[in-house]
Amino acid sequence: MTSKSDEGNTKPRITPATLLAGFAILIACQLVGETLVSAGRLLAPSFVFPGPVAGMLLLLAFLGWRRHLPVGLDAMATGLIGILSLLFVPSAVGIVQYGGLVLEWGPPLLLALVVSTLLTLLVTVGTYLALARFSNGEKP
Amino acid sequence: MSGIAEIWVYLSASPLLWLTATILAYLLALAISAKLGGTPLANSVLIAGILIIALLQVTQTSYARYFEGAQFVHFLLGPATVALAIPLYKNLEKVRRSLLPIGGALIAGSLTAMGSAVAIAMAFGAPVEVVASIAPKSTSAPIAMELARNLGGIPSFAAVLVILTGILGAVIVTPLMNALGIKDYAARGFAVGVASHGIGTARAFQVSEVAGAFSGIAMALNGALTSILVLVWVLLSQA
Repeated sequence: MTSKSDEGNTKPRITPATLLAGFAILIACQLVGETLVSAGRLLAPSFVFPGPVAGMLLLLAFLGWRRHLPVGLDAMATGLIGILSLLFVPSAVGIVQYGGLVLEWGPPLLLALVVSTLLTLLVTVGTYLALARFSNGEKP
Repeated sequence: MSGIAEIWVYLSASPLLWLTATILAYLLALAISAKLGGTPLANSVLIAGILIIALLQVTQTSYARYFEGAQFVHFLLGPATVALAIPLYKNLEKVRRSLLPIGGALIAGSLTAMGSAVAIAMAFGAPVEVVASIAPKSTSAPIAMELARNLGGIPSFAAVLVILTGILGAVIVTPLMNALGIKDYAARGFAVGVASHGIGTARAFQVSEVAGAFSGIAMALNGALTSILVLVWVLLSQA
């Protein structure tokens, strides 16, 4: 896992240029992801996939292949993920436009969401733990 | 008095006002959450959202006007989603060793998320457009809107259900997992990613980087699987 930049024991420094390069990598991956998704829609119009998620998988594949994480990219990503909750606030405020629809179906709808979310968490974590135990137990 | 009104007319037309308000409301939400000892009930998206909605109501501001300012924050969601590759890369060995639990939990969780929501909505006699809108509620908003449209639902309504599901999962996950005594943060993160997409992932990162990384991959995989399942469903029902 040692990268070439570890040679000479000098840690690469975070500079405005490396940070900006980190941001450029992120939006370039998003751009490629969006382009691939819209090209894919020509082939399979009913299949939907968000461009940013495609960009994330592309970047992961690229990092996994190169085995090197640039410091500026690391710092920029850590910063953005640190404020991830903030980035959902504008969408959350959007609920205000459809208050009527939610109220109309209020209690049953809310119950469906609560029970379904609870069930999904339980089933997912239960399956995960059971299979993790199973695959660990198989190892010598 | 007319002077103040003029300033307000100028301010409310500027995107800067609602951009500032969004960031200040979020900072206030963080402060409130910290004051309450970081309880997951005091979710920062929830509190900031309520604060802004109250402010919009008081000032008679439309969502479209609000979004002219808030779009700059909203835009960063794209690069931030791409950035989820970095914690995943740092935990790549752990992900590689967990492919079986990841695959199994994905299929079980994805089917439960859709199946249980649809079953409960139908049990209450909800009309078909409501059932179709709730089905993709555990995926991220752009996917859910498109899938709801394909199923005969209402896209904007689906987006609201997505947000509510995200906040619910983010609030429930920590007390639920703690009560069950589950200490495997990969499993906890993966579960909230399947159930509650990006809002759940944002919450997972507040708890641990491993949980966040696994929540990110869960969100991506669940979006893809749900899309495929809906596609197959639509094709089968047309046949």
